[in-house]
Amino acid sequence: MLTEYVSAVLLVAGAIFYLAGTIGLLRFPDVYTRLHALTKADNLGLGLIVIGLSLQASSFAAAGKLFLIWLLVLLAGASVSHLVARAALHKGVHLWKR
Amino acid sequence: MEALALLQDVFDILLGFGLLWLAWLALFSLDLFRSIVSFISFGLLMAIIWVRLDAPDVALAEAAIGAGLTGALFLAAFAKLQPASVNGKGSSINPQKQSSRKQLLRWLPALIMLWIASGLTIAILALPPHATGLTSEVTSNLTASGVSNPVTAVLLNFRGYDTLLEIVVLLLALLAVWSIGSSVPSIESEPGPVLDTLSRLLVPILIMVSAYLLWVGAHAPGGAFQAGAVLGAAGVLLVLSGWKLYPGLEGFPLRLVLTAGSITFVVIAILTMLVSGTFMQFPPAQASILILILEMVATLSIGVTLAALFIGSPPTDIKKL
Repeated sequence: MLTEYVSAVLLVAGAIFYLAGTIGLLRFPDVYTRLHALTKADNLGLGLIVIGLSLQASSFAAAGKLFLIWLLVLLAGASVSHLVARAALHKGVHLWKR
Repeated sequence: MEALALLQDVFDILLGFGLLWLAWLALFSLDLFRSIVSFISFGLLMAIIWVRLDAPDVALAEAAIGAGLTGALFLAAFAKLQPASVNGKGSSINPQKQSSRKQLLRWLPALIMLWIASGLTIAILALPPHATGLTSEVTSNLTASGVSNPVTAVLLNFRGYDTLLEIVVLLLALLAVWSIGSSVPSIESEPGPVLDTLSRLLVPILIMVSAYLLWVGAHAPGGAFQAGAVLGAAGVLLVLSGWKLYPGLEGFPLRLVLTAGSITFVVIAILTMLVSGTFMQFPPAQASILILILEMVATLSIGVTLAALFIGSPPTDIKKL
């Protein structure tokens, strides 16, 4: 029972991070800050959701697979956001200044 | 419990409308790049919908091929279109002729689409309202198929024809691309340290995932096409990070791998015909090993074909052959 509550709290917390990341993606002024919001918040959000789901996982192997998915998303997300930012910089997209 | 069911309904309805909206964006965006991105998102949403419909096999294929590799193909085509649109002024077709040709080019597909859509509508209306389908027949014959995943049993055993034809279609698509594709090498770009490291880390993992999907396909969602798509993605990543095929492998070895799937399929089909009298009728005792061999070779061929489609032009020294 307790694990279910902890899991629910973690899942909701993860969803809030996703929401924050999405709001950042929509509201931030330039591509670099948007990437920042998206990758930081979503990586953490996915981490919380993975932990929340692992608590309910039927076996250790299933939890391990969830954890591997998180690692892969971390790796891919960080690299891809770097590549997008680099491409934007090469294309001459200016940094946003207040 | 009631509230949970309602929440799921709301989620499904949102998914459905989201899918329609993305389809609209993909078709009617003025910006081609937006269309492509909408199409990729469409594929991802479609994959989620397949999961909701309890069809994880289709969801895997949709996510890997529909959203992933088709998206990569579209983006590659988009990148190749760019220089042509900048210096495309020197086209020899005069504007009058071009506009009438454009008109024809628009109406012809529209008519074909209308024809297909009306045919599909008639087919759907003609369906019996409560069909049992072939589910019971598949489950009752599952033990003879050599695998315990009903989807793999249908694809590789009961309806092996379809899979053979799909692999041949993929090969034909590559032949078409090679015939019209220019052999102009794509623009060289430095991959940079991050992409280089990413490719070194991810490609071994992708190969392992591909092997896993292939192996697990016998008793759970997975199989040759999903495994091939993941292998193809590894190839695309290698190409993007500046890796090249060893020159000695560009000619015959590459063609052998590309055609191995179709060839193995046909050879096994003919062998089974000689043994059991029916084309592609696997003897139940050997079905399991035959399906494994077929899937392994098919995965390799599908993966290499998809990566070759992404490159879009035949390897440079292919003309010397």
